[in-house]
Amino acid sequence: MSILSKDRIIARPGFSRWLVPPAALCVHLCIGQAYAFSVFNLPMTKLIGITKSAPDDWQLTDLGWIFSLGIFFLGASSALLGRWVEEGGPRRAMFAAALCWSGGFMVSAVGVYLHNIWIIYFGYGVLGGFGLGIGYISPVSTLIKWFPDRPGMATGMAIMGFGGGAFIASPLSVWLMSKFSTATHVGVAETFIVMGAIYFCFMMVGATIVRVPAPGWKPEGYVAPAQARKRITNKNVFVYQALKTPQFWLIWWVLCLNVTAGIGVLGQASAMSQEMFPARVTAVAAAGFVGLMSLFNMGGRFFWASFSDYIGRRNTYFVFFALGTVLYAVVPYTGGIRSVSLFVLCFLVIISMYGGGFATVPAYLKDMFGTRYVGAIHGLLLTAWSMAGIFGPALVNYIRAYNVAHGVAAREAYNSTMYVMAVLLVIGFICNFFVKPVHEKHHMSHEAADAMGMAD
Amino acid sequence: MARKNAQSGGNGLKLALAWGFVGIPLCWGVIQTAINALKLFQ
Repeated sequence: MSILSKDRIIARPGFSRWLVPPAALCVHLCIGQAYAFSVFNLPMTKLIGITKSAPDDWQLTDLGWIFSLGIFFLGASSALLGRWVEEGGPRRAMFAAALCWSGGFMVSAVGVYLHNIWIIYFGYGVLGGFGLGIGYISPVSTLIKWFPDRPGMATGMAIMGFGGGAFIASPLSVWLMSKFSTATHVGVAETFIVMGAIYFCFMMVGATIVRVPAPGWKPEGYVAPAQARKRITNKNVFVYQALKTPQFWLIWWVLCLNVTAGIGVLGQASAMSQEMFPARVTAVAAAGFVGLMSLFNMGGRFFWASFSDYIGRRNTYFVFFALGTVLYAVVPYTGGIRSVSLFVLCFLVIISMYGGGFATVPAYLKDMFGTRYVGAIHGLLLTAWSMAGIFGPALVNYIRAYNVAHGVAAREAYNSTMYVMAVLLVIGFICNFFVKPVHEKHHMSHEAADAMGMAD
Repeated sequence: MARKNAQSGGNGLKLALAWGFVGIPLCWGVIQTAINALKLFQ
């Protein structure tokens, strides 16, 4: 399929590189829907009973696996297919992601229609998960090549879209279900079909717009440093060679610990705010708090990644870990002095750094391993996200449950969790401290680079 | 010169369309979320 090949999308002279971020956003805004999948949970427990769950209806515990499978296959597919994505170019990857993502919705619609949960596990979980993984990494290296002067900002823009996708998907899903629901029908299957169709079209616009820079292209006025700077290499490391470097595993832990600290509280923010401030934070206010956190999660992705272009990637993570440690240690104090505003402020900054960690890491990898295989290496690194997705919420839930079971008051049950998170961030700080430039023995030789089409 | 001007004009339209295509739905979603978030302060 030559129309999808990398050679067919080399930009002609005069092409504006500012067309590439919207192409990336077309994909990330769609796959970001994953964060809003929970809006379907309650309606899907009433597919038979309609107004309330019938005995044969699915339980929330059954439905929880759909999202978990999706995130698991995001990590698995980005790790497995990273090289395929990198070598085939962004259009082929975006097209594949569109097929998998929208296909996942269509298959899930069949699962809802037949009331077979296994079809939905396969549709949204496996097929959709592949769409998530391929789509997430598809524009990363292309953006870095178009913006060698601002790689953090460029990848931050795309990954911000992943955070923002839920903002669109959540109200859209609710609105569509309200249109399709009747007295005898919940309308989930039709909503899946419409969303799958919309997402396919939207992602295909991205695949159509995207271009790769011509060999040797540089932004006007940009002079590439002749010599590698202290922690920014101008060499390349082959994707699987990167796995043999301590830098890859140190950054893996840096991402994993930063995400673990954020993801645990993200899922528990509503309950935590109500339990720490009983009678002061209502359920409605807690929902508002969660919304505000989502906005800071998205904004932090763009802000911190752009900021990293000025202070450097390693320093940005030092800020995340140092500031995060202080803020987590302060949270129990906010409960003690009953200050809701200080509590909210702490978590908004923490969650902005959680998002910032995702958005800054592609540029960190580029600094360490070069641009050639950065997308594929990023794919391998996303397994850290899968791991953090399991450990973060589990840590928060189990420590809280342990405390409550041992007689700790509900409003103080999260205190020890906050200190554990602070310790995790201290470990992250230490890992980040040990990130040094990659030894030259790992760099690709000129012959290998030429053989692998290093012209791009 | 005229060709360069026409090219930059064409790029401007493409940029507006592309950014509008992703920016309008994103802004709509952000506004919806911000309205919900305001409940925290009520």
